[in-house]
Amino acid sequence: MTFSRRRFLQRSAIATSTLIAIPAVFRSGALAAENPITVGSLHDQSGPIGTSGTPMVYALQLAVDEINAAGGLLGRPLKVIHYDTQSNIQLYSQYAQQLAVKDKVDVVHGGITSASREAIRPTFDRFKVLYFYNTLYEGGVCDRNTFCTGTTPAQTVEKLVPSAMKKSGKKAYIIAADYNYGQITAKWMTKYCKDNGGEILSTDFFPLDVTNFGSTISKIQAAKPDLILSALVGGNHTAFYRQWTAAGMKSKIPIASTTFGLVNEPSTLDAAESDGVIGAYGYFEELTTPASKSFVEKIKKAHPDSPYISELASCTYEGVMLWAEGVKKAGSIDRMKVIEALESGLVFDGPSGKVSLDKPTHHTVRNAFLAEVKDRKWSVLETYTDAKPADTASVCDLVKNPTDTKQYIINL
Amino acid sequence: MAIYVILALDVLNGISSLFLLCLGLAIIFGMMKIINLAHGEFIMLGAYATVISANAGVNIWIAMLIIAPLFVGIVGLVIERCLIRFLYGRLVDSMLATWGLSLLIIGIITTIYGNTQQGVPTPLGGFSIGSYQSSYYTLFLALMAAVMMAIIYGVMRYTRFGLVARATMQNPAMAATLGVNPARVYMSTFALGAAVTGLAGGLLAPVSGITPVMGGAYVAKAFMTVVGGGAAILSGTLSAASLFGSVNQIGAYFTTPVYGEVIVFTTAIVLIRLLPQGISGRFFKGNL
Repeated sequence: MTFSRRRFLQRSAIATSTLIAIPAVFRSGALAAENPITVGSLHDQSGPIGTSGTPMVYALQLAVDEINAAGGLLGRPLKVIHYDTQSNIQLYSQYAQQLAVKDKVDVVHGGITSASREAIRPTFDRFKVLYFYNTLYEGGVCDRNTFCTGTTPAQTVEKLVPSAMKKSGKKAYIIAADYNYGQITAKWMTKYCKDNGGEILSTDFFPLDVTNFGSTISKIQAAKPDLILSALVGGNHTAFYRQWTAAGMKSKIPIASTTFGLVNEPSTLDAAESDGVIGAYGYFEELTTPASKSFVEKIKKAHPDSPYISELASCTYEGVMLWAEGVKKAGSIDRMKVIEALESGLVFDGPSGKVSLDKPTHHTVRNAFLAEVKDRKWSVLETYTDAKPADTASVCDLVKNPTDTKQYIINL
Repeated sequence: MAIYVILALDVLNGISSLFLLCLGLAIIFGMMKIINLAHGEFIMLGAYATVISANAGVNIWIAMLIIAPLFVGIVGLVIERCLIRFLYGRLVDSMLATWGLSLLIIGIITTIYGNTQQGVPTPLGGFSIGSYQSSYYTLFLALMAAVMMAIIYGVMRYTRFGLVARATMQNPAMAATLGVNPARVYMSTFALGAAVTGLAGGLLAPVSGITPVMGGAYVAKAFMTVVGGGAAILSGTLSAASLFGSVNQIGAYFTTPVYGEVIVFTTAIVLIRLLPQGISGRFFKGNL
């Protein structure tokens, strides 16, 4: 066996590079072995609200994967501990306890309905676990341990009602689901309608299992409004849009809604039934900014069968990213230090644009968008930059009362 | 004036959809004494059969009027053979078993199609009376209710199958001594009831939101109507559906939808208190 000089050089080069690489392999092994930062996730992936929760879980996972790919936080990787709460409030309470006491997570992102949030928020207050609620809701939560990244009525309904009134006329008829969300949203609709010189002819609430809207449709016709404001919720209430169209009312009185589209309505209703419905949210899948496009692409690539990616998913992504910015800025995972860092006016550029945390309310200042359904897709008409959570700000000041933990019912 | 015509159409719509929704249950519960808590899921299966075949390109009318009842009828047949036939005469057991069955059906449909909504557009269009609008589909539903009533009446009253079925339900032992096979009669009656329910689901598919859990919205009202109607399938169901359908629609029109529901359930309580045997136990004795 003869050694040529060339071969010797080649082999020694390989050997050297392997030797140099070994510590790197060890090091990355060490990163994984080092105790990870844990992110709790409580979202419904099954049951009636599962369609809303599923894209939220995808968005949370995407944010965590991106942070890990960039080297984690504070040199530690992130680990998600996820529980499917199955649209069941009791499971929310159980899993919240488990996340706080047994899993000892560093932060929790989760909760979809207001009922679920109010079920788990006290648990995280008590066990001092930082909590992010990433859903649009009726506003008013005032709690230093909680950050609400979704939109509130002052950010969306305030834009929706006047622009719909400008298009059609000043007399509105409100139809809403008969539970806390519908009741409170109807109040906001009334307020913004009156603020803009309009008039509410009637407000009708519907139990969630109402399926026949015949008499309501007649009643609306008798009242002759210029505009319908809808906060109907769920599968049974979708029947309203079908029966409304079947009666030939679709082209006569326009509809503006605060809920339409959250469970995929534009793609499940026929174009004739949904065209022209106006909605306002903090995010639409159809936004054409590069950040939004790449966000949607990444989720659809990982989950081709993902339901519509609404504000719920984008706020979850932005919520996780804002929290990560807070941890980076604090240089620690300690809860109070992270809260203080988050309160320092943190900003993150997300799929919906610039999102910044408002110190006195722990809500976000973010963009709002007005859109109209066209050919089974939302077409974005208007962008309102830096919409403020003015409703919550009118009742909540965590700078003055840092120990507050209430949800205020805002008097209108 | 026109508003009263429209209101009358709403009442007609309320009655005919309630009648269609309850007819299958009247056969299965009223006639066979099987408490079928999966009734709502039979409606849901009919709606899914319609939507899925219509979205696959089948003509909407064929999907509604043929595929939906056929499919649910076959499902009903299988369920009768595998589950229900062991439960005749055991009211409470049949209730538990069909409740489990309803959860199972919801689970299967959710697994296959997810819990996103499905849908087909409403065929036919709207028409106007004065300055008011209504839809032709309302009239079509009323027509279908009348047709179904005629068919069920014809089958039960004039065919050998109807005679044998009624006899078997009244006294299976006597029917058996006369050479009838009660097991087979039960099987086909259950399948018939399921098919009628599937048809109702198909007919309602274009005007409702379709999700795996949609059945829950119908099952309580269906039982209320069938119990309120009493033993006679046709006259009982029709009279109870007329009462509850019009009370609901008129109540919702003059008050709010919330009170509309409350008024219906209050009416049901009062009715059962005054007529424990249902409307047909008192007024249409001996009718079909």
